[in-house]
Amino acid sequence: MAILEVQGIEKSFGTCKVLQNIDFSLEKGEVIAIIGSSGSGKTTLLRCLNFLERPDQGRIIVNNEVIFDAADPSTQRESEVRKKRLHFGLVFQSFNLFPQYTVLKNVTLAAELLAKEHPNFKQKKKDILKDIQERGKSLLYQVGLSDKLDYYPHMISGGQQQRVAIARALALEPDILCFDEPTSALDPELTGEVLKVIRNLADRNTTMIIVTHEMDFARDVADRVLFMDDGVIVEQGSPQEVFENPKEERTKQFLMRYKKD
Amino acid sequence: MNEISLIISRLSDSFLLNCKIFVITLLFSLPLGLVITFGSMSRFYPLRWLVRTFVWIIRGTPLMLQLIVIYFGPGLLNLSFSWPGGSSGRFIAANVAFIINYACYFSEIYRGGIESVPAGQYEAGLVLGMTKKQIFFKITLLQVIKRILPPVGNEVITLVKDTALARIIANKEIIMMAGEYSNKGLIWPLFATGIYFLIFVGVLTIIIDWFEKRLSYFRV
Repeated sequence: MAILEVQGIEKSFGTCKVLQNIDFSLEKGEVIAIIGSSGSGKTTLLRCLNFLERPDQGRIIVNNEVIFDAADPSTQRESEVRKKRLHFGLVFQSFNLFPQYTVLKNVTLAAELLAKEHPNFKQKKKDILKDIQERGKSLLYQVGLSDKLDYYPHMISGGQQQRVAIARALALEPDILCFDEPTSALDPELTGEVLKVIRNLADRNTTMIIVTHEMDFARDVADRVLFMDDGVIVEQGSPQEVFENPKEERTKQFLMRYKKD
Repeated sequence: MNEISLIISRLSDSFLLNCKIFVITLLFSLPLGLVITFGSMSRFYPLRWLVRTFVWIIRGTPLMLQLIVIYFGPGLLNLSFSWPGGSSGRFIAANVAFIINYACYFSEIYRGGIESVPAGQYEAGLVLGMTKKQIFFKITLLQVIKRILPPVGNEVITLVKDTALARIIANKEIIMMAGEYSNKGLIWPLFATGIYFLIFVGVLTIIIDWFEKRLSYFRV
């Protein structure tokens, strides 16, 4: 059973069609890599899933629940959108850590704020906050940053910042973790440590959608690859199919360009 | 000798008026500036246009002129409103002019600070399930304060010296007091007023630096 189904998503900015008829589904534990040149709509697609953009058409279904339907305004209420977002985690290209908080606080802040809305938060305040702290520490251990808990974002490298951002996204236990070109803002020598963390997550059967320009990594870590061009999914299939035996001319051209580089 | 100490004590007394205008203006213009900011960033365009036009007028005309218009305007236009008589009326009018003028400058500083926080900070809060209110208070506010502290500090220091303009509507502040002596040919009291301003600004600089240091633990 698919954990995520995306049906007929369309999105325009003004007269520019950014996404057209996007259909795909994702199984629990599956990793999808989305590749394609800049401006092909990959990032917009992720932003639609995270409710940062509102699609003009189409439906998004998570765990058999329609969480977005462009034709049904009752699925778009601001108050519910906030909770629905939590199905997804998003790791940004530019990290977007909160500069005034320590590494640990970056990871725990959102969970603490959500816990406060819980009806019996006041009685169990200490235990709940302690659990969140412990969980934050164990996530930072998982991404290899146990020794940086009290550092501020500007004191650590870009690769470390991105690993904090991954831990932060994991803290709310999303069903699906999305990555928007997680290594594009990093020096080449720092991409490896971030990719390693993502690979570890894949090994633990984390459900993920990864927008990336790292072709070797996509081939290596993804169960399925989607190639997008001009706002449409041109081709999808296993990494072997897409990378070694592309059927579409556009996919061939795109992959040729990468081989040359 | 006796005359010197008399002059100094009269200068000091009149400088108290500068201090009062300074404190009252800050107390009211700092929050009023935020209200103006919200107006100038409003998505309701008529309000935005109105507020931005107002800010343009205030920033586009001399403070000296604004003092005169605010003090004499109601009488000249035969409004039913008028300032209280005597020195208290002149004092209140001066404060009102300063508050409006500085609130407009502060509002533009606030707007710049708010707009300079990257959209990614806001979006990161959203995808983590925070409300708009939580994002403002927990994430953006401190970053805005850090960014606006230097320009706000600048304005605060400018205000100290601008208080001397209150003499235009006959508030007997320190420069006006010193002027009475220079008119009689005694020039040193006028020079001495500079020392008052320098000391005041020196103290302010230390306070502003302290705030900046308090926020230097992170970078934006």
